[in-house]
Amino acid sequence: MHAFLTQLASIGFLCRKEFLALFKERSSRAILFVPVLMQALLYGYGATYDLSYAPYAVLDQSRGAASTELLARVDGTGVFKREASLNTPQQIAQVVDRGHVLLVLHFPADFDARLAGGQQAPLQMILDGRNSTTAGAAAAQVSAIVAAYNRSRTGTPAVSVERRAWYNLNLESRWNLMPALIAALSLIQTLLLSSLSVAREREQGTFDQLLVTPLTPMQILVGKAVPPMLVGVAQATIILLIIRFWFQIPMNGSPWLLYLGLVVFTCATVGLGLSISALSLNMQQAMLYTFLLIMPMMLLSGLLTPVSNMPEPLQIVTYANPLRFGMDLVRRVYLEGAGLREVAFDFVPMLVMAIVTLPLAAWLFRNRLS
Amino acid sequence: MNDSDTTVIAEGLRKTFEAPGGGPLLAVNDVSMTIRAGELTALVGPDGAGKTTLLRMMAGLLKPDAGRLEVLGIDVAANPQAVQDRISYMPQRFGLYEDLSVQENLDLYADLHGVPPAERSRRFARMLEMTDLVRFTARPAGKLSGGMKQKLGLACTLVRSPDLLLLDEPSVGVDPLSRRDLWKIVQQLVDDENLSVIVSTAYMDEAERCAQVFVMNAGRLLDEGTPAALSERARGLTFTTSPPAGMPARDLQARLIDATELIVDAVPQGGAVDFIRQPQATTDEVNKLLGDAGCEPRPAELEDAFMMMLRKQQQDEGQAPELRAASHAQVMNGDADGPVIVVRDLVRKFGDFTAVASTSFEVSRGEIFGLLGPNGAGKTTTFRMLCGLLPATSGHLEVAGLNLRTARAQARGRIGYVAQKFALYGNLTVRENLEFFGGAYGLRGQVLRERVNGTIEEFGLEPMAVSGLLPGGYKQRLAMAAGLLHQPEILFLDEPTSGIDPLARRAFWRTITALAQSGVTVIVTTHFMEEAEYCDRIAIQDAGKMLALGTPQEVREQAGGDGSTDMNSAFIAIVERGRTESQRAIVGAAA
Amino acid sequence: MNTSGFIRRFSALLRKEVRQMLRDRSTLAVGLMLPAVLILLFGYGLSFDVKNAPVAVVLEDSSPSAREVLAGLEGSPYLAPVWTTNMTEAERRMRDGEVRAIVRVPADFSRRLAAGQAQVQLLLNGVDSNTAAAVDGYVGGAIATWAQQKADRAGSKSGAGGVELVQRMWFNEASTSTWYLVPGLIALVMTLIGAFLTSLLIAREWERGTLESLFVTPVRPLEIVLAKLAPYLLVGAIDLALCLLAAKFLFHVPMRGSLWVIVFASLLYLTVSLLLGLFISGKTRNQFQASQVALLVSFMPALMLSGFIFDLRNVPVVVQAVSQLLPATHFVGLIKTLFLAGDNWPMILRDCAILSLYALVLTGAVRRTLRKTLD
Repeated sequence: MHAFLTQLASIGFLCRKEFLALFKERSSRAILFVPVLMQALLYGYGATYDLSYAPYAVLDQSRGAASTELLARVDGTGVFKREASLNTPQQIAQVVDRGHVLLVLHFPADFDARLAGGQQAPLQMILDGRNSTTAGAAAAQVSAIVAAYNRSRTGTPAVSVERRAWYNLNLESRWNLMPALIAALSLIQTLLLSSLSVAREREQGTFDQLLVTPLTPMQILVGKAVPPMLVGVAQATIILLIIRFWFQIPMNGSPWLLYLGLVVFTCATVGLGLSISALSLNMQQAMLYTFLLIMPMMLLSGLLTPVSNMPEPLQIVTYANPLRFGMDLVRRVYLEGAGLREVAFDFVPMLVMAIVTLPLAAWLFRNRLS
Repeated sequence: MNDSDTTVIAEGLRKTFEAPGGGPLLAVNDVSMTIRAGELTALVGPDGAGKTTLLRMMAGLLKPDAGRLEVLGIDVAANPQAVQDRISYMPQRFGLYEDLSVQENLDLYADLHGVPPAERSRRFARMLEMTDLVRFTARPAGKLSGGMKQKLGLACTLVRSPDLLLLDEPSVGVDPLSRRDLWKIVQQLVDDENLSVIVSTAYMDEAERCAQVFVMNAGRLLDEGTPAALSERARGLTFTTSPPAGMPARDLQARLIDATELIVDAVPQGGAVDFIRQPQATTDEVNKLLGDAGCEPRPAELEDAFMMMLRKQQQDEGQAPELRAASHAQVMNGDADGPVIVVRDLVRKFGDFTAVASTSFEVSRGEIFGLLGPNGAGKTTTFRMLCGLLPATSGHLEVAGLNLRTARAQARGRIGYVAQKFALYGNLTVRENLEFFGGAYGLRGQVLRERVNGTIEEFGLEPMAVSGLLPGGYKQRLAMAAGLLHQPEILFLDEPTSGIDPLARRAFWRTITALAQSGVTVIVTTHFMEEAEYCDRIAIQDAGKMLALGTPQEVREQAGGDGSTDMNSAFIAIVERGRTESQRAIVGAAA
Repeated sequence: MNTSGFIRRFSALLRKEVRQMLRDRSTLAVGLMLPAVLILLFGYGLSFDVKNAPVAVVLEDSSPSAREVLAGLEGSPYLAPVWTTNMTEAERRMRDGEVRAIVRVPADFSRRLAAGQAQVQLLLNGVDSNTAAAVDGYVGGAIATWAQQKADRAGSKSGAGGVELVQRMWFNEASTSTWYLVPGLIALVMTLIGAFLTSLLIAREWERGTLESLFVTPVRPLEIVLAKLAPYLLVGAIDLALCLLAAKFLFHVPMRGSLWVIVFASLLYLTVSLLLGLFISGKTRNQFQASQVALLVSFMPALMLSGFIFDLRNVPVVVQAVSQLLPATHFVGLIKTLFLAGDNWPMILRDCAILSLYALVLTGAVRRTLRKTLD
């Protein structure tokens, strides 16, 4: 028991030293927390798939009651802004090419007449597909407006769909993205901090000094792992608070489970970082190898596009990516209020990663070929 | 004054930096000097004297805050590029690209200086021959030993014949052989090409070779003159004394150097002790101190004058708390007799390269054991194996009865290790560093606090100072303090004195000898051969092989002659003989 | 004399930089391997296009008409229906993340259908809002199709007629996200070389002390800048070629603008990005800080705020203003247009002018950081 306490105390000294080294200078203190804060705010506003402003142009050659009513409905959404009224079809190319408008609605001359005659009246919609996601969203909205208009003329259809979205009532993409940032943004710095920690000491010669002390590799490992983990969790907390209180996205799950997940997640990433660090010859290599890892990790995590849209083989690769599971866990606990049973599987790949990388790093401390 | 006679004229030169703790730091304070052309000029002074700042201003890398500085007749501050086009400068870190080969480094600087191809091949051939780097042209600079790097650095600055050569402490961490080679090259260029050279150095034997010496301290110019003129200041005060039989020279030296009222400086030298008397001290007082060991006068050297100037400064300003050689009341457990370190047939290979070849030696308790050798001789590799940082390829290794690499962690608590370069956490304060290492060695609570406070006092450290910003000598003290905090039985010191000034070195060795007296075993490497005189026994290693082993006196005798040669010459003789022998062996094997 | 000196020194420095680059495996890994990996990931891995989204279908009414109404779900490439009869079971699956949505046909469906008032329930997991919206569209579409067919079969009066929306997606006829992700990828790759590689270059020389001896030679600051720029321009050009080849032959993204404009604009942006990296490097003089700053002001914004993935039209004004400050934003807009829309000269001239301005200002700024002084 006493021996155990002594061990613990040594780790404490190591952690204290790491923290002192991290927080000593104001600039390094700032670099740990200010960027996360700024990024969370900036991306909170900036990273959205939701159509909030869709400029469009109209070429109304019919100028009848029907087209006027349809346009009124389009304008009534508040999303579509009529930027231009065109006179000739030639002008369509001009406005679209320049990117002034996202779409053009073209009512042919016989539009009203056909409708009045009980015929199908074609309404042309030209979309700027340079960002096909936005264009698709705009198209979906316009077609919903047209469908509603048609219904208003013919009466309710035989079958109606009653929809309800769980967890994210208005299907706002910010709700999807922001919780993911809790894991993604903290990943960058936990990985960098841990990957540099040993490499820096090797470069400065202090690592030898550490190895000749009675500290065991396991103690050094824990001492090196805890500070970046705490920084990661602290950064996650900052983002969490911004999401909850600034962006007011309701949290449905248990904070305990959320933090348990974050701890396991940072544990896995710190293990990865320390392994890189122990393998690298100098800081430059440690940094570049970290970047080499961060990019694919971000892209294969489901941060920007869902994993389920990826081809099968890549989906299998993502099992080696702790960010995928950390992010899934945070999202589901935060938004869905998922319990331990529902997210249990997310823990498995992260724990495997931690169990492999942490002892590997400890072994490499002493046995890396010089 | 004629332009062709002088290379540098400084008048009222001043440069201020922001001190680490805020406030101004006068790095160069009202310096005026005139440096003659076609000569070797030395800048000497302790750490923080302002030598590097002065050289950097001459090179146009720093702008003076006040005063006038003319180099080669050009106002440097106004037109640095014009000066940089004509001079060559070797910074302390040599400025080599470690991932480029020797040849590529030379080519780069030749191209930058616009050396024409015809002249280039001639110049390269000469440089490579002089530096003995011909065999290594394809090797990356990073893979060269310290001495070779330094020679390559010099070669790169001399790819063309500059109008002025500035060398900033070119011999820090470089072995005597390489130092000798370096000076030979410089001297040759001064003779052949009438080169003007300004060199800053901490070695007085180097300054002694120069035509003119400028002594600096704390940003000010203390004195200037030829080495002979400067040596005059110590005339009549320099003596040598021999200890009574059975007493190590270093014990007598310790007694002398502790008597600061009477003695300016004392160093062990060839079994005897050289010392400088305080001018105000009477012969009677000194004789009383010496006891039955009588003394004889010896000629004054530049180092004597330098030490006198520094001591005087130190006393005038009451600065720098002297390193207290406190009694290290070590509580030694375990058996008192028998060797503490046993090395038998130790071998370490890196691929095909044999860094340490079949080395054997033993060190007993309380001994100071010196490991000497040229750069790349395998000293550091041997050291790292002893400390358990590197596994041995084969052979037997025992430190305090254990192999530290395989021993349980607790065993490492019995040794202390001070690395070659400052290896504590630079951005932590002195106290924070000490507390961390104390904690790592298992000290806790009250014991830790007391030990840290005691050490801070004993080593005269400022607890709140940021470690990385300490001057060289203080960094060294801190590193020592951290290595001794847990009262180890065995202390490993890897080039502990490289790059620090003579004053700090004296204080440092005083601590070491005190430690040895209290029963601590000390293993030390150094490039200052006179420091070998403090050791009980020394070993000389080269190319991984053990060339000599014994007391300093035995080693000197082994070098041939009557044993009164100084350690520097003895070392060079032994290493050179070793090299010719192995050369002959190779030739013989081939025949 | 002056220009020959410049050329001699520049080529000496250039040789040095090239050698250093070639000898460092980690630099090459980031410079060449990472872009290749990204190309493949972006081309094959990243997609906003939902396919085979698992949807639980709860059929509480087992009548043929109920089955029929949902028949459209079966053949859809976008949806993968999982048939169950039990709502509790379906809800469990949704909570466990096994299905993205639940389509529920209530027990009274056929009865109410006969009355002309039938209802189908659609429960969506809104966490992934994009997928949810897509699933919503597909399910709604399937039901609408069925209703239409039924009406046609009934030979309904349908005298009322109706508005028929005819959609044409310009520039991206297939409406696949790959088409706009791949041109954006060029921007990303050009950014990462600057952010990750050149950002370390000057800082490294400060840290290793080599700059001090380089300064005391006849070398001029501009020569150092240009020599550091050139080898990485070459790496960037190789990456650009990789990207273009992959876009054309692997992902069949149309290239409607002229190739030379695409190449010119890309190299121009590459130069800006490399210079930004060098500037950060010279300013921080510390590799760790340089990489952090580069990640923060160069790479992450280029990924998140340049319009590469997130459409800037949807973003608040303040964020738009920030994004307009980024060179990446101007390049992303331009390169997408060049690929998908064609040469739009006013846009080409405007954006290239902005990028050139950045390049000029940054060159001056980097030169300043290399003023030959240690002060």
